[in-house]
Amino acid sequence: MADTVQGFSNVRRTRFWQKGFLASQSAYVLAALIVIIAIMALLSPNFLTPGNIANITRNFSFIAIATLGITLVIITGGIDLSVGSTMALSATVTSLVLSGLAGAAIALFPGGALILAVLAGLATAAAIGFANGFAVAKLKLSPFVTTLGTLSIVRGLTYVATYGRGAFPTGPDKDLFIAVTAGRLFDLIPISFIYLLILAIAMYLALHHTAWGRYVFAIGGNESAGRLTGVPVDRVKIQVYMLCSLAAGFNGIIISGWLGSAPANLATAYELTIIAAAVIGGANLAGGVGGAAGAIIGCVLIEVIRNGLVLARVDPYWQQTLVGCIIVAAVLVDRLRSLRNG
Amino acid sequence: MSLLELHGVSKEFGAIRALHDVSFSVRPGEIVGLMGDNGAGKSTLVKIVSGIYPPSAGHLSFEGSDAHIASPAEARRLGIETVYQDLALADNLTAAANIFLGRELKYNVGPFRFLRHNAMNARAAELFAELKSETRSDDLVKQMSGGQRQAVAIARTRLADAKLILMDEPTAAISVRQVAEVLSLIHRLKEAGIAVILISHRMPDVFAVCERIIVMRRGNKVADKPIGETSPEEVTALITGAKEAA
Repeated sequence: MADTVQGFSNVRRTRFWQKGFLASQSAYVLAALIVIIAIMALLSPNFLTPGNIANITRNFSFIAIATLGITLVIITGGIDLSVGSTMALSATVTSLVLSGLAGAAIALFPGGALILAVLAGLATAAAIGFANGFAVAKLKLSPFVTTLGTLSIVRGLTYVATYGRGAFPTGPDKDLFIAVTAGRLFDLIPISFIYLLILAIAMYLALHHTAWGRYVFAIGGNESAGRLTGVPVDRVKIQVYMLCSLAAGFNGIIISGWLGSAPANLATAYELTIIAAAVIGGANLAGGVGGAAGAIIGCVLIEVIRNGLVLARVDPYWQQTLVGCIIVAAVLVDRLRSLRNG
Repeated sequence: MSLLELHGVSKEFGAIRALHDVSFSVRPGEIVGLMGDNGAGKSTLVKIVSGIYPPSAGHLSFEGSDAHIASPAEARRLGIETVYQDLALADNLTAAANIFLGRELKYNVGPFRFLRHNAMNARAAELFAELKSETRSDDLVKQMSGGQRQAVAIARTRLADAKLILMDEPTAAISVRQVAEVLSLIHRLKEAGIAVILISHRMPDVFAVCERIIVMRRGNKVADKPIGETSPEEVTALITGAKEAA
C-alpha cells in the first residue's frame, strides 16, 4: 500500500468476516444450529421427515412473529415483558368480537366479521403498545418496570373480560378463522410461516434500508446523540413499542386459531421464551444490535432443541435447563469474540 | 452586519446560574475563541446557540432577524452546525450513517423511501478526503480511534452549507498531527466565509486561529477583545480570576 503522509500504516482494512452479518452473534448461532440439526438428524431418523419439519416450522412461527417485534424494542435498548399477556388479550378480544358478531343481526359480507374481529384484536394490541411506548418515551419510565406492570394489567384484563374462562371463536366465520391462522398453504406450508417470512422481510428492509431503521439503531447506540442530530427519538420509540405489541397480538390471534380457543392463561410466561429467542439470536439487551434473521434463528434453535429432545426421548423436563444453557452459551461466545477483537 | 448576536442571554438551572447577561456578536467568516475554566458556562452557551436549551432570559438574532432556536434541527436549518464535546456519535453505526443521521439521502419506490447507501458512503468519503482523515465511510465508529471519531463529528458539520460552526473542544482527544489538521480546517472554513466559535482549553490552538477571544468566568463574560490586543498570560489571568475583567 502506498503510504501517504497522513496514512496510518497500522490501521488495517476491516476484513469481510469481521463486519456485517458474518461478524454477528447471529452467524455463530446459525452455525451452531446447523451442527445441532446435523446431530439430531443422525440420532433420530424421524427428525428430517417432511411431517416433522412442517411441525417445527409451525411451532417456531408461533413465537417468532412476537420475537421479531421484541427484537425491535431490544435494539432501541428497551424491553417489553408484556408480550405474553398481549398475546392473550388480543386473542381473547378477537374471539369475543367474532362470537359477538355471529349473534348480531347486521348483514356482513363473508369474512367481514373475521376482519372486524382481527382488527379489534390488533387495535387492542396497538393500544397496549402505545401505553408502553408513551410511558417509556415521554414519561421516561424504565421499560422493565413499565412493561412488568403492563404484563400484570393486561393479564388481569384478560381474566376480567372472560371471568377467567377464556373465549372461543364461534360464528359463521369460524372455519375461515381457523383456515387463515392454523391452515396450510398447498396442504404443506403452515400459513403462520408465510406470515413470518413476509414480516421478517419487511422488518429487514425497514431496519437496513430506511431512515427509520437507522433511527432505531441510533437510539440503541447513543440516544442523546440521536436527539442532538435531530432523530425523532420519542416518536420512534413509541412506534417500536406499538409494533412489538402488534406483532405479539397477531401472534396470539394465530395461536388461538390453532388451539381453537383463547384460554385466559394463553401464552403465560411466553415473554421469557420470546426474550430468550431474541437474545440467543443476537439481540443485545444493552441496545444497538439485533435483526430479523437473528430473531428467527433464535426461535428455530429453541424449537429444534425442544423437538429433538422429544424425538430422542429425553425427559422433557430437561428442555428448560438446556434452553437456559444455550442462552448463556450464546452470549458467552459473543463476549469471547468481542474480547478477542477488542 | 453581524451573523449571530446574543443580547443579555441568561440561563438558570434551578438555583444554579449558568449564564448571566451575556451579550456578544460574531461576524460572517469570523473565528472567535471562547475560553473559560470548567463551569464557566461555555458549553451552556453552545447548547443555547445550537438549540438544545432555551435561554431563561435574553434573545438571539441570526443574520439580522430574531431567532428562536427551539431544536437542533432548527439550528441546522438556519445554518448552525455543532461539534459536541462528547462528539454525539452512535458507536453501532458506520461513519457514513453517523454523518447523515437525521438527514439521510433517500429514493422513492412507490410510497416507500429507501436509503441511498452508495451515495451517502461516497459523499462521506469525499468529506474525509477533504479533512485529510484516513477514515472509511463504511467502518463502524466503535472500531475507530479518537482522531477518526473526531473526524466523523467534524465531517458532519460539512454536509450542509453551514454559516456558523460551533466547536466544543474539537482538539481535546486527538493527536498532535490531527490538531494541526483541525486548525488548518478552521482556516479553510474562514476562507469559505464560514464563522467558527472555537471552545478550547488549549491556549496555543486559540491563539493560532482565532481573531477575537471571549473569556467567560462563572457565567459572566469578562473579556471580549481582538487577539492582537491580548496575550496568553492575560487570558490565563482572566480565566482564573487573577484579573477581574478586560
